[in-house]
Amino acid sequence: MPAILKENSAIKFRAVREARGDFPILSTQMNGRPLVFLDSAASSQKPQFVIDAIDKYYREQNANVHRGVYSLSQLATDLFEQSREKVRAFINGQYSREVIFVRGATEGINLVAQSYGRKFFKPGGTIILSQLEHHSNIVPWQMIAEEKGLEIKVIPINKEGELQLDTFEQMLSEKVQMVAVNHISNALGTVNPVKEIVEMAHRFDVPVLIDGAQATLHGSIDVQEIGADFYVFSGHKMFGPTGIGVLWGKEELLNKMPPWHGGGEMIKTVSFEKTTFNELPFKFEAGTPNICGSIGLGAAVDYFSQFDPKEVVAYEKELLAYCTSGLEEVGGIRFVGTAKNKTSVVSFLLEGTHPYDVGIILDKLGIAVRTGHHCTQPLMDHYGIPGTIRASMAMYNNKEDIDRLIEGVRRAKMMLG
Amino acid sequence: MPNINDIQNEIIEDFSLFDDWMEKYEYIIDMGKSLPLIDEKYKTDDYIIKGCQSKVWLKAEKEGDRVNFYADSDAVITKGIISMLIKVLSGQRPEEIANADLYFIEKIGLKEHLSPTRSNGLVSMIKQMKYYGLGMESKIVN
Repeated sequence: MPAILKENSAIKFRAVREARGDFPILSTQMNGRPLVFLDSAASSQKPQFVIDAIDKYYREQNANVHRGVYSLSQLATDLFEQSREKVRAFINGQYSREVIFVRGATEGINLVAQSYGRKFFKPGGTIILSQLEHHSNIVPWQMIAEEKGLEIKVIPINKEGELQLDTFEQMLSEKVQMVAVNHISNALGTVNPVKEIVEMAHRFDVPVLIDGAQATLHGSIDVQEIGADFYVFSGHKMFGPTGIGVLWGKEELLNKMPPWHGGGEMIKTVSFEKTTFNELPFKFEAGTPNICGSIGLGAAVDYFSQFDPKEVVAYEKELLAYCTSGLEEVGGIRFVGTAKNKTSVVSFLLEGTHPYDVGIILDKLGIAVRTGHHCTQPLMDHYGIPGTIRASMAMYNNKEDIDRLIEGVRRAKMMLG
Repeated sequence: MPNINDIQNEIIEDFSLFDDWMEKYEYIIDMGKSLPLIDEKYKTDDYIIKGCQSKVWLKAEKEGDRVNFYADSDAVITKGIISMLIKVLSGQRPEEIANADLYFIEKIGLKEHLSPTRSNGLVSMIKQMKYYGLGMESKIVN
């Protein structure tokens, strides 16, 4: 359990069912109907608590960080660094200097590929990804693999959408130079056995990056327990603002990696002959950072801590079961991704229809779902489908949302059938 | 052959009869289902217009001084909108196709389908149809 919760174990958690009222957008309308938002895997909505923190920052606390001697700049710097510490606690990292603020999970992966990869990848080596990856955990590796002459190999999945670890074990060798897999699949909701994957890779001294973009919406995580070398995630997918995310890495590795972007803040001394670089985390944070975004992310972490993580998970599982059985009753539904361990994501197809058509009809009914390939084209190709309809739920959803979805799918079936 | 704007006005009039979005979409879906399919042999990468979500296949043929269009899509709502575009543009002269102002789409409340973010291939399809118009016009001049 992350330290933040251990320290506060005496505090009384709020009931998860109260969360919905904290999100102003959920009482708005779309196409003349009350909004049903079931696309949290793409981006979560924001609670008033986070919106207030952002508002307060620009009204009362705004100044550049790590520069001014005046009090306002000190205040902004303190808030910025407090957010880093909040994030450390949220993921149970060892040191806050291991928390690098980036734009999002995508930038975090690119940073590791470009910095670690440029320095340590050797021609003829292998990078292992999985069939479940989002394009953002494929393309950055392809770019560096092409540049440095490495080969990409893919951990296969079974028909339920679970990684085949026995095959992964056979793929591992001294030639492998990085393993990068997601914690939770964005398209299917599969929760991957990341701890086991890390243990297996570490037997060959292979570093592991975990793409946690889909994991942090469902509660705090423990990077030390997982044991990965790098863990990335995005603020906007966990009730925080867009444009802020985190790369967490083991200090020892981050210290060995060269800077990626150059600029202010990341330097110690600069002359035209030679520049010396700053220490962690600043070495990787060139230029004025997303101060407000970081503070918003810190507020999102604080918001999370108002709820019991166990209750959040239990509630989301209840919604998942309710949605799955409701769709089964509609008939003609093909579920894509039926892993035993999955999060509150239901990816499906309605027999004889295209996901796009269903998405259009649901939109008219005020229901926001994602349709298409979910930026996982290799995964869709694997199933031989153009895409799916994906309903993804967060703790602010309720059974009425699911009822509206089921009713909408029935309507789509009637209209398109 | 009625001209492009006569056909557009006729579609606008048809749509004015619908009370709500459901009737409108049911009509579009019906049109999508009845669109004469493009010959399967043309459903290849040579004729594909890839949207992020749905695919469109489009083929143009010249007949005298007119251009005929044949098209298909894997999504039926996209196909319904295509069938209207074909109704408007197919059988017209190349220069009229190239210069057509397709105002009917906005008038019948389907503008959202032409937003690039819908990723359904329709924007590219219209561009392609006009491009065919331009290309065939220049051929005629030659």
